[in-house]
Amino acid sequence: MSTISRDEVAHLAGLARLAVSEDELDTFAGQLDVILDSVARVGEVAADEIPPTSHAVPVTNVFRTDEVRDGLSRGEALAGAPATEENRFRVPRILNEEA
Amino acid sequence: MSSTTSVPDGPGSTELTGLAASELAAKIAAGEVSAVEVTRAHLDRIEAIEPAVHAFLHVDREAALDAARRADEQRANGTPASPLAGVPLALKDVLTTTDMPTTCGSRMLEGWTPPYDSTVAARLRDAGVVVLGKTNMDEFAMGSSTENSAFGPTRNPWDTDRIPGGSGGGSSAALAAFEAPLAIGTDTGGSIRQPAAVTGTVGVKPTYGGVSRYGLVAFSSSLDQAGPCGRTVLDAAMLHEVIAGHDPMDSTSVNAPVPKVTAAAREGADGDLRGVRVGVVREFGGEGYQQGVRDSFRTAVDTLTSLGAEVVEVSCPHFEYALGAYYLIAPSECSSNLARFDAMRYGLRVGDDGTRSTEEVMSLTREQGFGPEVKRRIMLGTYALSSGYYDAYYGQAQKVRTLITRDFEAAFGQVDVLVSPTTPTTAFRIGERVDDPMAMYRADLCTIPSNLAGNAAMSVPSGLSAEDGMPVGLQIMAPAMADDRLYRVGAAYEAARDAASEVSLLDRVPRLEVA
Repeated sequence: MSTISRDEVAHLAGLARLAVSEDELDTFAGQLDVILDSVARVGEVAADEIPPTSHAVPVTNVFRTDEVRDGLSRGEALAGAPATEENRFRVPRILNEEA
Repeated sequence: MSSTTSVPDGPGSTELTGLAASELAAKIAAGEVSAVEVTRAHLDRIEAIEPAVHAFLHVDREAALDAARRADEQRANGTPASPLAGVPLALKDVLTTTDMPTTCGSRMLEGWTPPYDSTVAARLRDAGVVVLGKTNMDEFAMGSSTENSAFGPTRNPWDTDRIPGGSGGGSSAALAAFEAPLAIGTDTGGSIRQPAAVTGTVGVKPTYGGVSRYGLVAFSSSLDQAGPCGRTVLDAAMLHEVIAGHDPMDSTSVNAPVPKVTAAAREGADGDLRGVRVGVVREFGGEGYQQGVRDSFRTAVDTLTSLGAEVVEVSCPHFEYALGAYYLIAPSECSSNLARFDAMRYGLRVGDDGTRSTEEVMSLTREQGFGPEVKRRIMLGTYALSSGYYDAYYGQAQKVRTLITRDFEAAFGQVDVLVSPTTPTTAFRIGERVDDPMAMYRADLCTIPSNLAGNAAMSVPSGLSAEDGMPVGLQIMAPAMADDRLYRVGAAYEAARDAASEVSLLDRVPRLEVA
């Protein structure tokens, strides 16, 4: 069935923004392979005509009246931030990134 | 037959820690004992045995005693907040609290105190329930053993070399170790019921949408559900009524009356199940199940028959694909939900030395902040949602989810409740399955279908397995919003189980002593 290579694991880790060591690439490739082999059994079920279920309870959008309510204060919102500056979240550089 | 199941001779039983929550509530309400005394007794027990159990990540003695004092004042004024006012509780560390840290068992959130309370925490406070602290769990609720906690495993009070289940192993261990009479868990694939089964306690996954998810740190949003844990069915029912009910802050919250679960538990304790149709799920309980689990289940089914229930076998042919569907759907939702841990707004940040880009800081932070199981699931979900694989994996899993829901609908057309073992085996040894993810995942074989379909399910202890002396759980499943059926059948079974035994189950927990 599925064979997931080291390169694919590295690609997935990149997509998921996870730095992964060389050793971890091997471990995860082996483990993901075993898991995917097992869960791929869902493909044995004949389900072409079956509608998918994304949610157990049939929910549509839930609305409330459009009125102003208090949210978190600036101080509350910033209280857990790893770094702040001038009452804002301070982030590392985002411009001029190299690919 | 008494509607409460006390634990008269259990560990610490001459003390307040041996009593059921319903009994403590009655004593507090009658003024026989104060909430402060009850709370102090549990805090002392925690202090004495935590080194052996490690059920808690955070205990706040002063805050708990303050809450107990408020409960005592309200009672003195004739305005107790609820039937559980003054009773202590252990809260799983995945529900946000503004007065205590919320870590989800992860380095990513170490030391983080949320800016808002979960609805569950707020309702507990409003009901005068005393929160003792936050309990240990598998990181972001991913696991079946609590070994995936970044802060070390919790140990099973029945045998401290064994796991207490997961992800809510801290909550179940706190109950079995008599550190708290009540606890809150969350159940995405079995994280309330499997820990309950392997620790000899009661755990309920309410109907999806029955308890608000507001402030429940999301793992898999379409499956996550908070619920009550206790040592008796009645205790779980009383707690269920405190936390359940519609919440406008959760758009998936069901806007309907809460099922009358406490009344159902009291009615069930009379032990009459005539007219109740019970379906045994044919697909669960054969090969691959521990002999002691099978024996205990068979005895439990005989007990239900003796109480007057009409027991038939029911087939749910797609349940065998539930595990596969779950381990595609849950990781997919997890990979999306955990994208929020980006090192920018809260939580850990690693490597921000002025030279690295945002993307590099994000990747380093997630590398160091997440443990191996969380990374595995994020990558698995990322894979299942990738173009080229989406239809074969995530899309197909969603169709299987429909078929599992239809299996339940067909079954509940024939019977009122379904039963199965809660888990295929009793508690395994710490370390035994850490390097074998699929072996770990199989612990949730029987519990997953109810998460996928969103119906209600309970695990109630069915005795001890002959080969290892460890607890076994009976799973009861009911249709959505028929949670009361779980409590009626569970309480009837529990009363009959205790009547058939000279010693009540939790009296057999080894007395934990710390040198």
